[in-house]
Amino acid sequence: MTALFINGKSHEVDVESNTPLLWVLRDTIGLTGTKYGCGIAQCGACTVHIDGVAARSCQVPVGTVGGRAITTIEALAQNGKLHPVQQAWLDFDVPQCGYCQSGMMMAVVALLKEKPKPTDADIDAAITNICRCGTYQRIRAAIHAAANAQKERP
Amino acid sequence: MTYMANLSRRSFVIAGAAAGAGLALGFKLPFSPDLVRADDGTPEIDAWVVIRPDDTVVIRIMRSEMGQGTLTGLAQLVAEELGCDWSKVTAEFPTPGENLARNRVWGESNTTGSRGIRESNEYVRKGGAIARVMLIQAAANAWNVPVSECSPANGLITHQPSGRSVTYGKVADAAAKLTPPADVPLTPTKDWKIAGKPLKRLDTPDKLVGKTKYGIDVRLPGMLYGAIAACPVFGGTLKSYDEATVRGMPGVQHVVRIGDFAVAVVADSWWRAKTALEALPVVWDEGKNVTVSDATIADFLKEGLDAEPTAVGNQAGDVRAAMAGAAKVVEAVYAFPYRIHAAVEPMNATALYTPERCEVWAPTQNGEDALRAAAQAAGLPLEKCDLHKTFVGGGFGRRGGPTDFVRHAVAVAKQVPGVPIKLLWSREEDTTHDTYHPITQCRMRAALDANNKLIGLHMRISGQSILASLAPARLQNGKDPIAFQSLNPGGAEGAFGYEVPNLLIDHAMRNPSIPAGFWRGVNSNHNALYVECFMDELAHATGENPLAFRLKYLKPKHAAVLQAAAAKAGYGTPAPQGVYRGLAQVMANASYVAACAEVSVENGRVMVRRMVGATNCGHAVNPELITRQVEGSFVYGLSSLLYGECTVRGGRIEQTNFDTWQVMRIDEMPKVDVVVMPDGEFWGGVGEPTISVAAPAVLNAVFAATGKRLRSIPIKESDLRSA
Repeated sequence: MTALFINGKSHEVDVESNTPLLWVLRDTIGLTGTKYGCGIAQCGACTVHIDGVAARSCQVPVGTVGGRAITTIEALAQNGKLHPVQQAWLDFDVPQCGYCQSGMMMAVVALLKEKPKPTDADIDAAITNICRCGTYQRIRAAIHAAANAQKERP
Repeated sequence: MTYMANLSRRSFVIAGAAAGAGLALGFKLPFSPDLVRADDGTPEIDAWVVIRPDDTVVIRIMRSEMGQGTLTGLAQLVAEELGCDWSKVTAEFPTPGENLARNRVWGESNTTGSRGIRESNEYVRKGGAIARVMLIQAAANAWNVPVSECSPANGLITHQPSGRSVTYGKVADAAAKLTPPADVPLTPTKDWKIAGKPLKRLDTPDKLVGKTKYGIDVRLPGMLYGAIAACPVFGGTLKSYDEATVRGMPGVQHVVRIGDFAVAVVADSWWRAKTALEALPVVWDEGKNVTVSDATIADFLKEGLDAEPTAVGNQAGDVRAAMAGAAKVVEAVYAFPYRIHAAVEPMNATALYTPERCEVWAPTQNGEDALRAAAQAAGLPLEKCDLHKTFVGGGFGRRGGPTDFVRHAVAVAKQVPGVPIKLLWSREEDTTHDTYHPITQCRMRAALDANNKLIGLHMRISGQSILASLAPARLQNGKDPIAFQSLNPGGAEGAFGYEVPNLLIDHAMRNPSIPAGFWRGVNSNHNALYVECFMDELAHATGENPLAFRLKYLKPKHAAVLQAAAAKAGYGTPAPQGVYRGLAQVMANASYVAACAEVSVENGRVMVRRMVGATNCGHAVNPELITRQVEGSFVYGLSSLLYGECTVRGGRIEQTNFDTWQVMRIDEMPKVDVVVMPDGEFWGGVGEPTISVAAPAVLNAVFAATGKRLRSIPIKESDLRSA
């Protein structure tokens, strides 16, 4: 049995230790908000936070996670209040099909933690997730809006 | 909770459903004789509208939602006529089985060809208008006053003389019992209050919190997971596999054949199924197509450039005479490659089969087609099957024409009766077993007279027919009518934009072994590239400005969007240092669109700085959604221009995943400006047409920047390094 700490809750899972965290989240625990896109860390649809840092969960063997805190899209909003990144995504109506957006938002939250006021170049370097609907222009605008909103928060 | 989902839970949330034979999650069938009720017991006013006692309005949407916004746009049209409070609107998908059982009361489910709104606007608006009339009648009956004294607004009916009012929810029950009016007038566009407005999407809130259920997210009690491998060579077959090797692997339950070309491992998790599949020794009979390569395909198509045509799509005057009498003949040969769709949600479907019934959950662009495919694969009559549409994690045509992802899931489920099976393709399987953008070559030949006037044009397309590959029954005497999208003499599916007195556009069908499919934009993608790049060549050959040259020959609606895009971009005024502009226009999916690209080229690398799009789609149901579709279309078109090529070796596609098939990411996203200019004269689509002007506008800008004509794509740095 592997013990995991996900979205503030403990879970015991009975899987091979080399199973990617992505599939444990989706199939074993049922947190389907984290998506499979490529399985080789290219597309970013599976992005989650491990101790607050963005990780592409398709490349994280569950046996390496230990007791570290895993956060998925389902726990980004707290107490019924959207995270500023989700709020910006809502204000700019960013998603089209929406499939990549869980990973996109998780990547952006991690970026803003590291760089609260990212430049366009920072965004270009950090946000390498794939969106085939082509929402990139809205994403960029929403990132800047979320950065401003975070800055204004007390 | 501030982000409470704005969508009805019934159709979108399927977890927790009871598994077993006869599982049905739809409406309660059969219906009571005089009243049709939604499954929460609320009677429907008509097929399109259910109003709950709390005034929540549920609008039924038959088309699929894959990001294009149809769910919201169609709901706006119904709500406009209904006169309800938009903030109380939710939406749900009836199943195709329910649609068939009710004599197709919700019309078409096919969500391809940018047709969601343009082809159903009238009947969905009527659905809303009829419900409004019934609600007002019910209120008038209750008050015992004439209908003419009652008026609706925002879901509230007011009796004008007395000032009494009642909400829709209060009279819904009585309204449902009334006989629907035979016909109702529709609100003129100029009076629209909900339609035509840039309203927020109904489906965004769930997409922000991981709640939206795509096909891949379906979870049913007792469900098992399947991983599939099909013969890597198209046309090859499965010879044998050694099941014993993987039998003892963790979680493995079954190893099954799919037809004569694929094998699937079924396990208690997808990762275990995939791991076992990779360990499974499989022997393929790769068949005769194993010798097919890029070179053999290119030769095959090249031969078609000079052969007898299979079909003529557009003809006027006498091209041969025009060429013979020309002062100058200009000629160029172009080529367009195979491409994958690469929706980020890989192909998948979940099926539950018993000898009595088959239920499928799938992210499909065409519910009825998918249902028919499921029934056929199950070997059951249609009425013993149903299909539950989920949200679609990218469609782009891959989930429209082909139904392989449904058929394969049912084929596996049929071998494990009573157990729901989710069959998910790996990204590699998705990439190597797509139905690809068809491959074509084209020879353009133009006759110019002594005054540099364009007097003749011959366009010969040689290459693959989508219909021959995907729907041979739709060929007409061996001819593919849709090969001429955007080149037709007229009609909604794309008229040729230029008036040329002597014209011949013909097609030599050449079908290689790689399967072709509908790829967002479809045949307009290459047709527009060929025409618009060649028009640029002609402008250059005559020494004219590319805009002025085109305007001499373009029909008015085509000219108007081109002028709008050019004006918005500042075409004809100085561009920033090192930035060059290019133009393109097309009519596709019943709409007129144009683009002006701004690019710079540095060390052979093309950088797209800005794209300006103009769209005349006749009616703009939600201008913000249209703007987003234009933005996204530019990305889809540019991504393929810069990277998208599938190469063929040994009868198979060489690319396997996003490491070998690159796509555009945010760092390359140009600024996009969009002009939405509906003229009110027709209904056009918006999800696709702009894709086909993205590439030619950029290629023409690259010529302006470098003097180099690129006639095959994707752009390679080596093409331009010397420029």
